[in-house]
Amino acid sequence: MSALIEIDRLTKRFGSFTAVDDVSFTVARGEVLGFLGPNGAGKSTTMKMLAGFVTPSSGTARICGEDVVDRPVAAKRHLGYLPEGAPTYPEMTVAGFLAFAAHIRGFRGSEAEDRIAHAMRLTTLEGVRLQPIETLSKGFKRRVGLAQALLHDPPVLVLDEPTDGLDPNQKHEVRRLISQMAPSKAIVISTHILEEVSAICSRAIIIARGRILADSTPAELASRGPSLDAVFRALTLPQEAA
Amino acid sequence: MGGALTVARRELAGYFATPVAYVFIVIFLIMSGALTFTLGNFFDRGTADLQPFFGFVPWLFLFLVPALTMRLWAEERRLGTIELLLTLPITQWQAVLGKFLAAWVFCGIALALTFPLVLTVNYLGNPDNGVIATGYAGCLLVAGTYLAVGAAISALTKNQVIAFVLAVAVCFLFAAAGSPVVTEFLSTRLPALAEIARGISITDRLSGFSRGVVTLRDIVFFASFIGFWLFANAVAVDHRKAD
Repeated sequence: MSALIEIDRLTKRFGSFTAVDDVSFTVARGEVLGFLGPNGAGKSTTMKMLAGFVTPSSGTARICGEDVVDRPVAAKRHLGYLPEGAPTYPEMTVAGFLAFAAHIRGFRGSEAEDRIAHAMRLTTLEGVRLQPIETLSKGFKRRVGLAQALLHDPPVLVLDEPTDGLDPNQKHEVRRLISQMAPSKAIVISTHILEEVSAICSRAIIIARGRILADSTPAELASRGPSLDAVFRALTLPQEAA
Repeated sequence: MGGALTVARRELAGYFATPVAYVFIVIFLIMSGALTFTLGNFFDRGTADLQPFFGFVPWLFLFLVPALTMRLWAEERRLGTIELLLTLPITQWQAVLGKFLAAWVFCGIALALTFPLVLTVNYLGNPDNGVIATGYAGCLLVAGTYLAVGAAISALTKNQVIAFVLAVAVCFLFAAAGSPVVTEFLSTRLPALAEIARGISITDRLSGFSRGVVTLRDIVFFASFIGFWLFANAVAVDHRKAD
């Protein structure tokens, strides 16, 4: 199995504060990696560096072999990214926003329309396609962000808290969608919901204070203690107190 | 270039999806028309030209253009969409250029909507329409320079009020640098600076355009001025994007 995501000694310092400290891992096709950690642990910063938004202080990352620092545009072509909070342009309609995403990824005419229609079908957005995004509920907004990330059928998906703010049914829908896409992609999701990790992730990394504390399967992690929750606490609490 | 145009199209549609475009255009048309006919003595001058209009537009743009640019990057930061925009497969340079082009086209639309003035002078007399065309070209270039300055400043701060005030101040510096008050003051006290002040003055460059004289030097000036500020914009976005 080839690694679609390679993170190589990635470090990010903000002044004297080290947000991400020498983090390395790879994700292969077919893997769904759950990225866990307390708030401020460096999850989002790591994902932002992987997406080419934050420039690493040292180290680098590669997406499908393309270096995110040296060849950012080539790397971003292979990437579908849902930023934290799923930002979108509020005054645009759903269809208009997705058309923008399609055009900027180089799709034109009927191909663009097919891809937009497909992305809307996957995220069940057809009913609101002509509504301005600002009039939508939180769950719909999140799905618009997700549709934008899936539009070009990228081999690598990086989703920062994809189910945050969704109701239980919508959470279930998104998890089903991720599981369904998993075999053909390398997927990284960050989440605070540990049951989500057990449900959809084939692998989990626990990070705190910028360092990787555990990298294993959710089942193996859970077997280290009474429950995954307890293991998570045992691993991350001493770190926070230090 | 394709990426820049896609960004520009989205931006331009964004102006018209919000009241920003309509408020800007209506205020611009009312103010430019009112100033031309009242302070500009449009009828009493007895000549069929648009000199008063071309005299007022740069000063109107001094306040209106920074109002347009203050939200350019600040809004993207506030909404978090800057993270979306800069993780799409385009270079930062394309994003900067796209935003600038959209705002420039928008200013062009506002200028084009002053066409009743052109019809009026043509109805009243026989103006030199070539001079009117170069006058409009000059106004568009001034809008471009103010936009480039304002956009770069907008990339430096999250606060829209700060972006507006700083952009007005910096634009005013370049607008006023060639005015008699400044040059006379400088030539008596600091003769070395007087030449520089005239050299960077936007209004000085514009006076040729409104008289129908377009020189290569002026065009090179405007192109390099806009280019420099767009470059500064790209650098600012790169350094401040994730703050």
